[in-house]
Amino acid sequence: MDTILEMRDIGKAFHGVVALDHVNLRVRAGAIHALVGENGAGKSTLMKVLSGVHPAGSYSGQVLFAGQERHFKGIQDSERLGIIIIHQELALVPLLSISENVFLGNEVARHGVIDWVAAHGRTRALLAKVGLKEAPSTLVRDLGVGKQQLVEIAKALSKQVKLLILDEPTASLNENESQALLDLLLELKGQGITCILISHKLSEVARVADAVTILRDGSTVETIDCSAGPVSEDRVIRGMVGREMADRYPRRKPAVGDTVFEVRHWRVHHPQHADREVIKGVDLHVRRGEIVGIAGLMGAGRTEFAMSVFGRAWGHRISGEVRLHGRPIDVSTVEKAVAHGLAYVTEDRKGNGLVLNEDIQFNTSLAHLSAVSRAGVIDAGREHAVAQGFRDKLRIRSSGVSQKVVNLSGGNQQKVVLSKWLFTDPEVLILDEPTRGIDVGAKFEIYTIIAQLAAEGKCVIVISSEMPELLGISDRIYVMNDGRFVAEMPTAEASQEKIMRAIVTRH
Amino acid sequence: MDNPNPVLATGPAIHDAAAAPARSTLDFLKHNFREYGMLISLVAIMAFFQVMTDGTLMQPLNLTNLVLQNSYIVIMALGMLLVIVAGYIDLSVGSVCGFIGALAAVLMVNYNWPVVPAALLCLGVGALIGAAQGWFVAFFRIPSFIVTLAGMLVFKGLALALLQGQSVGPFPETFQRLSSGFIPDPFGTEGFRSASLLIGSVAAALLGLSALRGRRNQLRHGMETEPFGLFVLKIVVFAGLLVFFSYMMASYKGLPNVLIVMALLIVAFDFITSRTTLGRRIYALGGNEKAAKLSGVKTERLSFYAFVNMGVLAALAGLIFAARLNTATPKAGQGFELDVIAACFIGGASASGGVGKVMGAVIGAFVMGVMNNGMSIMGIGIDYQQVIKGLVLLSAVFVDVYNKNK
Repeated sequence: MDTILEMRDIGKAFHGVVALDHVNLRVRAGAIHALVGENGAGKSTLMKVLSGVHPAGSYSGQVLFAGQERHFKGIQDSERLGIIIIHQELALVPLLSISENVFLGNEVARHGVIDWVAAHGRTRALLAKVGLKEAPSTLVRDLGVGKQQLVEIAKALSKQVKLLILDEPTASLNENESQALLDLLLELKGQGITCILISHKLSEVARVADAVTILRDGSTVETIDCSAGPVSEDRVIRGMVGREMADRYPRRKPAVGDTVFEVRHWRVHHPQHADREVIKGVDLHVRRGEIVGIAGLMGAGRTEFAMSVFGRAWGHRISGEVRLHGRPIDVSTVEKAVAHGLAYVTEDRKGNGLVLNEDIQFNTSLAHLSAVSRAGVIDAGREHAVAQGFRDKLRIRSSGVSQKVVNLSGGNQQKVVLSKWLFTDPEVLILDEPTRGIDVGAKFEIYTIIAQLAAEGKCVIVISSEMPELLGISDRIYVMNDGRFVAEMPTAEASQEKIMRAIVTRH
Repeated sequence: MDNPNPVLATGPAIHDAAAAPARSTLDFLKHNFREYGMLISLVAIMAFFQVMTDGTLMQPLNLTNLVLQNSYIVIMALGMLLVIVAGYIDLSVGSVCGFIGALAAVLMVNYNWPVVPAALLCLGVGALIGAAQGWFVAFFRIPSFIVTLAGMLVFKGLALALLQGQSVGPFPETFQRLSSGFIPDPFGTEGFRSASLLIGSVAAALLGLSALRGRRNQLRHGMETEPFGLFVLKIVVFAGLLVFFSYMMASYKGLPNVLIVMALLIVAFDFITSRTTLGRRIYALGGNEKAAKLSGVKTERLSFYAFVNMGVLAALAGLIFAARLNTATPKAGQGFELDVIAACFIGGASASGGVGKVMGAVIGAFVMGVMNNGMSIMGIGIDYQQVIKGLVLLSAVFVDVYNKNK
């Protein structure tokens, strides 16, 4: 078979941080080619290079499509040649109908006047192709995620797709929908459409893929041809995680005491889709001085779990019990949760953690203003001293505590968020992706702070998508998938392979 | 992406005032352009009209009028600033102002209610109006623009209905004194109210003292302070202005009652926004609602109270305006919301919330007021007055945004 796509020695850096390093990808025409790797391995970046989101010139290396070198300046250029990406977050307009969405930006029109009869007719034909039995005039809002996915594919077909790229297409689908989608991919393959499938679910990959390329830390590990026989999951998992574990974590001697913090039978429903259960009965306990990790992929429900426990900041119809020192506590509002000694350091520090336009001082005292005020009047001097103390202790690099946090680097912003929560003197600290987007030096400092907190006898819960990080700093690891804890293991017995296996094995 | 700063190599902290070589005055001004720029432009505008009106602007009579004419705008701007900082807007304040004036007239004139209970009831109704609107905005998350646009129509209509399309007046004399009265002068000197000058001077002295105390406190805790020269200059200019204006007014009829009310409110709101946890939380709410909520701030309740407060202040402004006209008319309050909102934005508040200062809004209100007054004296028609005011609003915000993006 011919090669339809070849990406040679692709390199891409963001502000000096290498995201892709000499990546090679060769896709045969009419094949389903799987792309696997951990979060942050470079899959999405590679696809953005291919589709022109990162325009020619912003990366190094060559992109060859249908035998010619291409220099896509934007997504329109790649679409014109039939390269279509369907992102994990679907790009449909909920309040428009199926046919309006299918032909959005590409309307069946003459002189700007839409021919609705023709549009509906063509939509019907496309929907028949993807096996979706819905009227073209149905609003996308009224479709489930699985059907919306099919609308996206119909939209791609309407653009004479040659190479279809699907980013985690089954992440939010149930079992039946996933199977149907995979069947559809095989059918499209029969019609000669090439497909790149990005997926974390190795069982799916094994079922449909003709070849698998593994990416890790921005480089290609290997490409496995599946025509000889099904791929070995072990080989793929090892390829995905097999990086060197250097001395990137502070040494510590865990001194673990009695159980302090417990969450029992925790169930949470989605705030918009009230009947969708997102957290499906989670039990967790943390002992004094213990660092507990929660592993899992994006979308497993880790953040939702943490935020729902922290004052019901996420979710609806929450049930379950939270206990501290064996007694049930009321954490129904953030204020109460904080009062009971809970703290949650968000994964989205800019969106949920910081008031960016204000200074370090303002952000440091925000969650515990009562400690720097008397009768509601803030003691500016005391507040300043507190912020100054944390700035020195956590080594926040800034011109002073009256510097606006928007001007700080990611690592220093993260330390300001940490300062805010450390100032509340919490007993239980939940850290959600505490080192996301920060450089290696700052990471080590954050790990050191986490280790110190545990040494002080606090309960620390770390949520992270970086498995080496969890293995490096935690004492015990829960593995979360699809709203449940699917495994629990002492870190001494854990390995990346074991965690990955727990995630990708169907339950 | 992150700066590849080696965090471990932290340099010596530049925080204790002794170690920090005082930033040059010019540098400081550049960083605090917004605060000083506003004041400088107000002074410039006043100087401009002083010249253009051949000195009429600064005459004691006119200065007194300037205060009387703008007091209700300033008072509403205080509430509006909180609303805008919290991330909302209130378009209904003009209508509420007119409605409360009408209510006061009906109570006092038609039903012969005594002044104090009638005024208190009016303030209470203002609070209820604010609560009703705040309820929808805070707890049901209906955009404040829509809720208060509806409120604007509703209360404009209710004012008309209450007055049955007629003007109602005159008010009892005690009520009129709210707007047209002056503070009594125990010294009883003819032609010069020394008590007013005395109050002005005492206020100036207090201002200087509290500023000095604040600065000493800042220095003791090693906080950054403005350069000493600038600090002294600012105090001297402010105190001087206070004494000067009270002198001018003393040589007419003295300080108007409404000026005292306004001044007390300005001080109170400045204190609340800059020094209290309540004020701090409002800035956090407007700056990043999610982060505020996740830090335990009761964002909904806070938004609600911002509107309640706005309602009370709009009611107070309505009373003052009615007392000034000595009659309640169906058209009272129309368009006030625009002046009030413009005052906040001219004063540096941000339409996206989280930014804005009480003193800025007050200065903004006076910028508008001085322009109204000056242009009227110059005989510029109401048509071009509007054009000029619009352009001033746009350019003030443009300079702000440009300065920020630079």
